[in-house]
Amino acid sequence: MRKGRQVAAKTRVSAKGGNRPIAARLGWTLLAGFALMTAAVAQSLSGPAINPPAAAAPPDDGQWAMPAKNYASTRYSELAEITEDNVKNLQVAFTFSTGVNKGQEAAPLVVGNTMYIVTPFPNILYALDLTKPGAPMKWKFEPNPEPAAQGVACCDVVNRGAAFFDGRIYFNTLDGHAIAVDAATGKPVWNTHIGNINIGETITMAPLVVKGKVLVGNSGGEMGVRGWIKALDAGDGHVVWTAYNTGPDAEVLIGPDFKPHYDMDKGKDLGVTSWPPDAWKIGGGNVWGWISYDPDLNLIFHGTGNPGPWNPDLRPGDNKWTAGIFARDPDTGAAKWFYQWTPHDLHDYDGINEQVLLDMTWQGKPRKVLVRPERNGYVYLLDRTTGEVLSAVPFGPVNSSKGVDLKTGRLIVNPDKKTGTGKVVRDICPTASGLKDWQPSAFSPKTGLLYIPHNNMCMDEEGVEVNYIAGTPYVGMNVRMIPGPGGNRGAFTAWDVAAAKPAWSLKENFPVWSGAVATAGNVVFYGTMEGWFKAVSARTGELLWQFKTSSGIIGQPITYRGPDGHQYVAVLSGVGGWAGAIVSGDLDPRDATAALGFVNVMKDLKDVTTPGGTLYVFRLP
Amino acid sequence: MNRGLPCVLSAMLVLAACQREERDTRPQSALGSGDQPAAVTALEPGGQRPASSNNKAGVFEANAFHLSEGKRLFNWFNCSGCHANGGGGMGPALMDQKWLYGSSIESIHATIRDGRPNGMPSFRDKIPDDQIWELAAFVRALSGNAPKSAAPSRDDDMMPHPSENRLPDAATLGKSP
Repeated sequence: MRKGRQVAAKTRVSAKGGNRPIAARLGWTLLAGFALMTAAVAQSLSGPAINPPAAAAPPDDGQWAMPAKNYASTRYSELAEITEDNVKNLQVAFTFSTGVNKGQEAAPLVVGNTMYIVTPFPNILYALDLTKPGAPMKWKFEPNPEPAAQGVACCDVVNRGAAFFDGRIYFNTLDGHAIAVDAATGKPVWNTHIGNINIGETITMAPLVVKGKVLVGNSGGEMGVRGWIKALDAGDGHVVWTAYNTGPDAEVLIGPDFKPHYDMDKGKDLGVTSWPPDAWKIGGGNVWGWISYDPDLNLIFHGTGNPGPWNPDLRPGDNKWTAGIFARDPDTGAAKWFYQWTPHDLHDYDGINEQVLLDMTWQGKPRKVLVRPERNGYVYLLDRTTGEVLSAVPFGPVNSSKGVDLKTGRLIVNPDKKTGTGKVVRDICPTASGLKDWQPSAFSPKTGLLYIPHNNMCMDEEGVEVNYIAGTPYVGMNVRMIPGPGGNRGAFTAWDVAAAKPAWSLKENFPVWSGAVATAGNVVFYGTMEGWFKAVSARTGELLWQFKTSSGIIGQPITYRGPDGHQYVAVLSGVGGWAGAIVSGDLDPRDATAALGFVNVMKDLKDVTTPGGTLYVFRLP
Repeated sequence: MNRGLPCVLSAMLVLAACQREERDTRPQSALGSGDQPAAVTALEPGGQRPASSNNKAGVFEANAFHLSEGKRLFNWFNCSGCHANGGGGMGPALMDQKWLYGSSIESIHATIRDGRPNGMPSFRDKIPDDQIWELAAFVRALSGNAPKSAAPSRDDDMMPHPSENRLPDAATLGKSP
């Protein structure tokens, strides 16, 4: 590893053109303090380099064609024009108003000389011409989704982005349409209606295109919506396969190929028998987060959302296959393995976060792994060929569970924090929004660190009775969130994947609800809910540059090579999402239970930011 | 006997002087049938605010029994799922002074019955009309638009202080509702 680090350092110096003597650089490095030393020590112990599988992370072409950058979901760019040394000179290249003042969670895409942005409801798709000064609009496409869909979207009317494949842009609308648009002209190619808002079904996720199939899942875990993932033909939009995440094996696409690693996931029709009669029909397990794809194994990996309702007394059992992760064959949808992060979820710990695919040496053996900073508070390292848990280590304060039993794979639940009807349980950490929610992390092979934007909050919960009325919420829980230990509600943590411990962590006042992007220039970008867009050192976490945008940032930053050959960084600013609903939905902070309890911990957000929707693009002068 | 009679008489007088709140404990079971149109805007050409009156409004508004029933139904019909305990979530806050579709009990009744285009579902044929009136009365109470003597308190098992509609700095800003 020492060798690896020297090579990396060399590359870095040459990348910045050697405009600073190495001696000065060394001195600076020595001054960088304890955090760096920890990182260095951890790295020297950790063996050979960790890299994403080449087939899932091809060499960087300077574009950004899917929100996660590549199938391995590294959100890492090999562009190195912007470095630790010159990032302080970054300045605005151009801005663009999306015209929608709701939570902007999407990642912009850049393909060729065009940037594509999809807005929150009403899900307008814009194409910007990067070859012209100020990047004027090339075209826009308005899908005109049903306005009523806004009433069944659990946590603001967000959209997490589009995907480019073979000359087309694919994206989803809140009212349950998957749409293909010609990337050159902005004309729709096909439009498939796959979600029904009258049962509370919406779509907020970014699709992933794999082998000519558009993978899409539904949202609605707070509305008693049965979760599914569908593969649509990229050519004409017809549904090739549908896999449900609750119910009989035949509908979950569990067949002879299904070989889960742990006994708790073995058995016939567990998606029915681990529920009270018929509860699986309204049991959640939605797919609204991230999908990764390993071309070598021919497997996609996707999480499943929380079981419904939140009140666990109403659904005794393990509630398969919610709050877990599936590996499926992208051609048929057939399940290969499954692992349940949180069996019989007590606290809305959706299992939908991003999974970063990496090849590394674990305890002396080369392993194909999947790293998952999970909502329940653990960074999981899974063998992605089998679903075996190699390690599960908390990355922040967790008291709702006491660890993961690596023999059985089962989360060890803390009985003191069990919720139920008519019972108020206080100080449960993490909250329903998790130690980390959907906000995707980035992995840099140069540092071996996973950069995790996350939360630091706890909550009180009270289970209440709830009736199922299709198209209305099915939650059954009063929640009241509070700041976590230390008082900082968010953090940005660099996680040493090999050592399974944090290298450094930055405190943020509000939850870090934005994504992260890491670059070969050893700069990592993320945004805060106050509106700061920050660049920090990938090695030490030192703040190198920041810029105050017009509204809070919850979007996914990206970086790309513009038509002029220079490196650009782009992010959408516009507060909202579950965390920012108090601002984007103008909620009343006097009700602690508003926005499923999130408002209580965000009471002061209205004092520091206002709704917005603006694209910011930065470059060096 | 002689002494008892005046006592009884005075007791009867005292009791008769109390006007008892009417409690219609058996509401009409008809589903959301009240079809009387209710304006959802304060704007009507001609220089006058649109008149909205329904004889049911007075019966339900500020009636403690109906308000407490409204509070119960607010949870039973999952109103609280979207609007929380008044602070909002998937749906807008109801305890503030902002009204998208009118603040009168008639407007709120029409909103629940007919739905609204940006996400409010229609509960016509799902909830009996009288219960919609009870809900509408409770929704008004959430923002302090009901006498304290009649409005139900918010559930306080999660709260460290009395419910907001009973605090002096509530939506009424100290004004007596």
